[in-house]
Order: sequence, then structure tokens, then C-alpha cells
Amino acid sequence: MPHKYRSLCPPSVDSFILMSFPCTYWMLLGSRSVKILVCIKQVPQKDAPLKLNEAGTWIREDVSYEVNEPDAFALEEALRQKEKHTGEVVVITAGPARALQVLREALAKGADRAIHLEDDAFVGLDAYNTARAIAAAIKDEKFDLIFTGLQSDDYGYAQTGVILAQILGWPHATIIMQIEKNETGIRVKRELEAGFFQFVDMPLPAVLTIQSGINKLRYATLIGIKQAKNKPMRKVTLAEVQSAMGANLQKIEKLYAPQKSKNTEFLEGPPAEVAKKLVEKLKNELRVI
Amino acid sequence: MDTILVVVEQREGKLNRVSWETITAGQTIAAQTGWTLEAAVVGSGVAAIAGEVAAKKLAKVYAVESARLEPYTPDAFAHALHEFLGKHPAKLVLMPHTYQVRDFVPKLATALQTTAISDVIGAKYEGGKLLFTRQMFQGKFVADVSFAGAGPCFVTFQNGSFRADKVEAGAAPDPVETVNVEIPDGVVRNQPQEVFKEAKQAVDLTQAEIIVSVGRGIKEQKNIDLAKQLADALGGELAASRPICDSGWLPMDRQVGSSGQTVAPKLYLALGISGAIQHVVGMKGSRSIVAINKDSEAPIFEIADIAVVGNLFDIVPPLIEEVKKAKG
Repeated sequence: MPHKYRSLCPPSVDSFILMSFPCTYWMLLGSRSVKILVCIKQVPQKDAPLKLNEAGTWIREDVSYEVNEPDAFALEEALRQKEKHTGEVVVITAGPARALQVLREALAKGADRAIHLEDDAFVGLDAYNTARAIAAAIKDEKFDLIFTGLQSDDYGYAQTGVILAQILGWPHATIIMQIEKNETGIRVKRELEAGFFQFVDMPLPAVLTIQSGINKLRYATLIGIKQAKNKPMRKVTLAEVQSAMGANLQKIEKLYAPQKSKNTEFLEGPPAEVAKKLVEKLKNELRVI
Repeated sequence: MDTILVVVEQREGKLNRVSWETITAGQTIAAQTGWTLEAAVVGSGVAAIAGEVAAKKLAKVYAVESARLEPYTPDAFAHALHEFLGKHPAKLVLMPHTYQVRDFVPKLATALQTTAISDVIGAKYEGGKLLFTRQMFQGKFVADVSFAGAGPCFVTFQNGSFRADKVEAGAAPDPVETVNVEIPDGVVRNQPQEVFKEAKQAVDLTQAEIIVSVGRGIKEQKNIDLAKQLADALGGELAASRPICDSGWLPMDRQVGSSGQTVAPKLYLALGISGAIQHVVGMKGSRSIVAINKDSEAPIFEIADIAVVGNLFDIVPPLIEEVKKAKG
């Protein structure tokens, strides 16, 4: 696959210009036009009480759902990049009919069109298969950037974006807190552990996984909600992408509430006495003094 | 016999604690399955650290070397380990669940057309089947996960899942083999710049042995000093739950939890912390947890070893005095 040339030849550019001037697309066009795909997922609401299904392999699906939080920041970042450079923002989700809601919200906030990989089976895919399904659904598209949230609140794999980059043959960077274009591609700010950060220069096209808090989320406007109804929504069935997928390579054998393994010892009495007892334990039992 | 490979993470010639914990995980699984356990250090100039790892009970330690592995890039690391695993096949590849590992493992697993079970907190070997326990739904549930396919299956372990001080030493140093990998021009596409800190007083809480942590129960910014005094008396680090850092009472780099640091000290002393899951995921691997909270229903008590139900402002001052006395 000639992925290297994708960034040179976005569909919005006349090909003769590129043939005459084989320098990079961003150099050529300055701030013009960036096409971004945002992968978003519908997950149970943060405070929703979750119950196990009878088989103990998944949750009962009769809960309230919302967009995965880091994905909302990924969408916001894509909209901001588009506002800065012009271009197009496309949102994609893989999930049952109910997942349509997160696409509608994204369109209302300003995404230009949506792709819905619609099937109940998408809920049970491992990250490799989800990424393969997404890659298959966008095979005729030419994006400059793909954003995902850094991980989902349900499975929490934190893998789909990176896997997608590998399938497409693109570079990637994870846990991104800032994106600026430069002469050769983009400069991103990665969050590292323990308060460290790092800037990384990378070429386009690229996949970035976005950290919560990178920006401030917008609300959908009434006009936005109205316009969303007329925006293109492409449905992709499981059958259309199945040939690109394989068997899941990991399986949830059992889902259960975490066991409380600790015998908590309660210290009681007046504060001075409690303090004394506690220090004795820190010294003689926990041996930290 | 199958092989388990532990890939440890080094930075500037030093392993992080979760790497040692991952060696313990490897030793535990090797004892259950009877598989061979090996380790690999990946980087540039890692012979010394490979020698240090070789003191532990392992069949062999590899130093996987290339000048292009420094500084870290996902392209170079995935390429190096892909090449290494081609020559030294393994059934299981265990790694610490660090930001760096999260960055390249999904790429490496996909390049090998296999899978990575991420953020694992435990392992079981039942009826000839390996199961890895991982948290789901933000810690509300846990799942036992099995893997299929020819492998290698990659597994990444969360901080504090196994005990670093339980790593078994070997009777004699393990053999160390240097494997030089070829990373051709054009493989590495990202150009990382220098690592930096934004906060001035940045602290690596993951290396702290004692942590005194404050939550909303501390009430006001001026009360932080009380917790600081206790931390100082114990010789520990001061930390906090998210709301304290969001309020600016302590810098963000002192935050413990899902959006902050994940810690596993010998002692975690929680002052006025309710124990919301976002906080608990960052500290529940602590060897011992002491919680002081006035609400007897606070979820922090579910994971505490020692609990004090009471007003922290009554208990902490005499506690500081007692600690000072005990330390002489």
C-alpha cells in the first residue's frame, strides 16, 4: 500500500500541482484542509449502576449510555483542527442501533458526516477485530488524521487506535495533549508518567489517541442539532467488513464483581489512644517505621 | 516446553518497580505451568541492567541492543521485538503496563497477528488454561480473560499486581546474551524531543515507599500542612485525590488515581479520602492501606487494612507526635 503518498495526495488537491511540486502537502498548502476521522464509542454512563447478565459474561444492556469521555475530547480536537485549517471531520462508531445516538451528537456538534458499523456483534469484539472492522469500513477514504480516545470506559483496552495505525501502516502517538501542524507534518505533545511530557514530530497521515482534558468541550447548538438531521450517515453492516476480520483472540470467560479479600481492622478509642495503637502497628506489623 | 519472556522497562539504566513486579508475575506463572522463564532488556547500552536482572531466578537474560532504540519510539521498539521474537519464540510475553508499553505493544501484537491482554491485575492457571484477570468498567467489575491463537500472547501488568520484593534470586547469575537488532533507515518515523516536566516540583510517586494522601475531607487548603507534617514525620511523600489537585491545593503531579499516578507503596495512608473508584485504581496495589475517614460507610474502608473512623483533625496531630516518638 502506498501510504506514504496519502498525505501528499488528499482528494482536495489537484494532482497536477503535486506532480509538479513533490514537496509535502502541508508545506504546499499552508493551513489548508485537513481531513480527520474520529473513532467514538458508546459506553455505559459513568454513574449507571451495572448488573451482570445471567451467564456472567457481560453486563445487562438495559442501562443508560453516553459517549466515552476521551472520545468526546477527540471529537472536540478534530473540530478545532478543522476550524483552524478547514477540511472535514468524519465520525465512526461500531455498535448496535443504540450507538447511533453518539453519532447524532457528534454531527450536532459539527462533524460533517458519520459512519455507523451497525451490529450487536460489534459489542463483543476484541480491539484487533474492532480496528480491522474500522479499517475495512474506511478503505476508500483518504484521511490525514485519525483520532481515538485514549481508552474506553468499558473494556479499557487502550489499544484500538494503535492497532488501527499498524493495520493502515501509519505512524501513531498516544495520550496526546496538544496538536500543532508544522512544515513536515505535525508536532504533538504526549503525556508521560509522573508529570513528564514530550513533544514528538511526526509525518502525516497519522493516528493519535487523545487524552481527556486536551481542550474544553463544546455543547451542541439548536441549529447544530437541526442541521445534523440532514448530514450524511453511512451504515456499514457486519457482512460488509467480515472478510477483513477474524476470530477474537481474547475471550472474557467470566465477568464478576471484585472480591473483597481484606479483613479490615478498625481501631477505636480516644484520638490519642488510636494514634498510639496505629503507630505500634506501623512499627511492629507493617514495619514501615 | 513453552517460553515466557518478560520484557522489562529501563530508563537511564534503571528498572522501574513494576518491571520487577512483572518478573515476579513471570516467576509465578512459570512455577504453575513449568514453562521456561526468560527476560529481555531493550535499548541502547543495556548490558549493565541485563546483568542486574540476571541475578534473579531466570533461565536467561537477553540484552536487545540497537542505537536506534534510544530515544524510545514505538516504531523502533516494535521492530526490535518483532525481530527478536522471530529468532527467540515465546508463548507468553509479559510487560509492565506503563505508558511506554501501552504505546507500542498493540502495534507489536498486531504486526505478529496476535493479541495483547492489557492492564492485568492477576493470573491463574486452571485446568491447563491460563487466565488473566483485568479490570473492566472502570474497576466496577473484573474479568477473567483467556487468549486464543498461536501466540505469542502479550500481557501487560498494572502497577502493584505482584510484589517486587517477592522476586526470587537465582542460585547463580543467569547467562546473558546480547542480541543486536537491525533497524533499517525509514523504520522510525516519529522524532521525539526531550522529555520535560511542566510542574516544577514534579515527583515520581510510583517510587515512594510511604505515601500520605489527602482527599476532600481535608476541607481547606491551609490544612494540607497537617498532612505534610505527617508525611515528613513518616519520611513519605504527600499525595492527593483529584479534587484536591483540581482545586490547586497541591500540584497535579501529586495526584493518585486513574488520571494521576498509580502507586504501590508499602504504606498508603489515606486522610479524608472517600475511595471513589477513580482514586482506588491508582492505589489499591499498596501493600498496606490505612484509612482515616469520618464516614464509616466510605468505600475506602473496603480496601483498607487498618481503618480509623473519626475526625482526621483530632487524630492526625497526636499521630504525628507518636510517629516522631517511635522514630526517636
